[in-house]
Amino acid sequence: MNPAYLVGLGGALGAVARHAVYERVDNTTAIPRATLGVNVLGSLVLGFATGLGAAGVLGGDALLFVGTGACGAFTTFSTFAFETVDRQTRSTRIAAANAFGTLALALAAAALGFALATLA
Amino acid sequence: MTDGHPLATVETYALVALGGFAGANARYVVDGAFGALPATLAVNALGSALLGFLLYEQAYLGVFSGPMRTAVGTGFLSSLTTYSTFAVQTYQAAPLVAAGNVAGNYALGIIGVLVGRHVALALAARVEA
Repeated sequence: MNPAYLVGLGGALGAVARHAVYERVDNTTAIPRATLGVNVLGSLVLGFATGLGAAGVLGGDALLFVGTGACGAFTTFSTFAFETVDRQTRSTRIAAANAFGTLALALAAAALGFALATLA
Repeated sequence: MTDGHPLATVETYALVALGGFAGANARYVVDGAFGALPATLAVNALGSALLGFLLYEQAYLGVFSGPMRTAVGTGFLSSLTTYSTFAVQTYQAAPLVAAGNVAGNYALGIIGVLVGRHVALALAARVEA
């Protein structure tokens, strides 16, 4: 299939799933829960998919759909950056906690995803 | 159509899907042109600046609101930028590159939002004057 369709359909799916999370999870909390949740969950799945790709279990087309498309669009850096700036107007400590907490949890999730892929 | 109407919900999801389709493809094109880490840095910086402008513009002026904000902000810009790719690329990079990648994405993403906010504020001041 044309890569634009794989990436695009995965992206549409990822964006719709992300929007569905925001419809259900209160994101106005000190640490924006919906954004943290999608970014950590998406990093876990992308770590897993990338690990499966490195092991030859997932092919290029599947990685474009699941990785570049779905996980890439499900997670968001722009919303994270906007909310970090927005929270800074309330409290620098909350903004710093959001910035470094998201980083630590997403990196740990990516590492866990890779580890799970070696078991699969 | 009022908020909460079933068709309004369908319209919102359709706009998000359309924006997501385009945003993910725009990121894919940049990825092909610049290579993995610089491409993710570029889309994250640019997307943060544009989303910062869009959301602060909405707060100060309100020209881009409703369906436009949904399609462009929630759909396109949020899908153009990515945290998962940034996290996985950082995890796979050598320690010094990883540290530089985090510093670069965080600095340019936050500066991008601040620039977007500044432009939105300046625009609002001109409109009110």
